[in-house]
Amino acid sequence: MDIFLQQLINGLTLGSIYALVALGYTMVYGILGLINFAHGEVVMIGALSSLTIIRPLADSGLPGPVVVLIGLFFAVLVCMALGFTVERVAYRPLRNAPRLAPLITAIGVSIVLQQLAMLIWGRSYHSVPALLPSGTHEVLGATFTEVQVIIVVVAAVTMMGLVLLVNRTRLGRAMRATAENPAIAGLMGVDANRIISLTFVIGSALAALAGVLVSANYGIAHYNMGFILGLKAFTAAVLGGIGNLAGAMVGGVLLGVIEALGAGYIGDLTGGVLGSHYQDVFAFFVLIGVLIFRPSGLMGEKVSERA
Amino acid sequence: MAVLLDVLNLEVHYGGIAAVRGISFAVESGEMVCVIGANGAGKTTTLKALARMLPSAGEMHYRGERLDKLPSHALISRGLALVPEGRGVFARLTVAENLAMGAYHRPRHESGEIAADLDRVHELLPRLKERRGQLAGTLSGGEQQMLAIGRALMGRPQLLLLDEPSMGLAPLMVRKVFEVVRAVAAQGVTILLVEQNARLALEVCGRGYVMESGQITLADTAAALAADPRVRAAYLGE
Ligand SMILES: Nc1ncnc2c1ncn2[C@@H]1O[C@H](COP(=O)(O)OP(=O)(O)OP(=O)(O)O)[C@@H](O)[C@H]1O
Ligand SMILES: [Mg+2]
Repeated sequence: MDIFLQQLINGLTLGSIYALVALGYTMVYGILGLINFAHGEVVMIGALSSLTIIRPLADSGLPGPVVVLIGLFFAVLVCMALGFTVERVAYRPLRNAPRLAPLITAIGVSIVLQQLAMLIWGRSYHSVPALLPSGTHEVLGATFTEVQVIIVVVAAVTMMGLVLLVNRTRLGRAMRATAENPAIAGLMGVDANRIISLTFVIGSALAALAGVLVSANYGIAHYNMGFILGLKAFTAAVLGGIGNLAGAMVGGVLLGVIEALGAGYIGDLTGGVLGSHYQDVFAFFVLIGVLIFRPSGLMGEKVSERA
Repeated sequence: MAVLLDVLNLEVHYGGIAAVRGISFAVESGEMVCVIGANGAGKTTTLKALARMLPSAGEMHYRGERLDKLPSHALISRGLALVPEGRGVFARLTVAENLAMGAYHRPRHESGEIAADLDRVHELLPRLKERRGQLAGTLSGGEQQMLAIGRALMGRPQLLLLDEPSMGLAPLMVRKVFEVVRAVAAQGVTILLVEQNARLALEVCGRGYVMESGQITLADTAAALAADPRVRAAYLGE
């Protein structure tokens, strides 16, 4: 029982980070039909650029959470500028190219960003100063940390904000209209390029937040951290139904929980042959399973003709 | 009367195929003008070129401005709206949201007038009010057509381009759509109407053009066109 609850808590934490990242994939896909494989690298750059600010400030006497907030603010700015630039430079010129071209470009961008990060931050693992409240609590035999609570709450509030933006505001309405039919939205006066830029900028801001949260969770950041995280968030987006906001959130949380439970029980299930370091395989089992049995995902409608 | 829209030698190509081959026409402020022609004549292509949804050659002047130099999204704030062929409602948005999209370009301080325009659209098209919370994709074809027209009206157009508003509608609905178009025109909106239903189009419009394989072959008052034996034979089924 307690291992179940424990892994559920861990899964929820990780899952809310996946959800934040998955939203970036799903928003871009919804509007461009493009899988932005470079999105995971934006998370990594968010994590590392926040550290650039957080580390020198860590001993400045400022309260820990304030330092993290400043770091987050910087990371969000960096990632928004990055997302904007990547769209302008790499994807916009290929807007009308065959669909394979932007996909390959996305992989290229991903490699470029990784190498760039390696040049700036080096190959070493960076430890993240523990500046957030670090107390632990117990419920029913499982423990959770205050950092975990912060992660889940911040992610949930942010996602609620996004849902309100998309569903309740003039801008969100224009985003949905453009996703559905950019030419017709243009007739209403919507500049599709602006909406697309904005989509990248918002997705990148969420990625920056995810980067700060995930590095706070593990206490470590590295130029290579974006790849697997991005792939898992992509899996979460597909699991939920790519293009669907609610799907990305549900898919993210679900994937986190599946992964954590899988990691918790894999030792028992295999008689100790496989350990919890096989955690990563679950995401890919999920991806393969979804692609075979329900390619439109849990909340997706049909597989759209743009897929 | 002032010329609102002046088109000179408009040409549109799809790859190597010339769909519109150097047509010229004009629409004056307050007029109702129709374009009739067989399937594939280039009518939709002409309207799409006017709405800057397709690249084109030739000149298009609208209120003294070169239309062909503007991007599509800059047109509605200049008073030019298109109700596209096949309606083009946002299926995943509600009726109310579709109507709100029609007023997207209008500044916030006009919110009072926007609300008044919404009331007017609801009055003209009461069905839209009943269905305001419904997803547009679940409306019937006729209701979608009403929505497309209502959405265009929410933008306060001066020139309304209508592409086959009667397509696929039952006779009763066709008449209703034409009534609405006439009511819109009566409010001072200039109308350029593309129609398969030549009889009705020539009935409501003052002037008309006949298009055949990318060219304008006849241009006259609606009454004269309706009496023309060539039009009668080809488009009025007589
Ligand atoms: N996207 C396209 N690519 C290639 N050819 C096209 C395209 N759209 C239209 N055409 C061709 O251009 C010509 C004119 O088409 P258009 O849609 O303007 O006709 P139309 O007069 O509106 O006909 P209808 O009354 O059937 O709507 C047709 O021969 C059509 O096949
Ligand atoms: Mg047509």
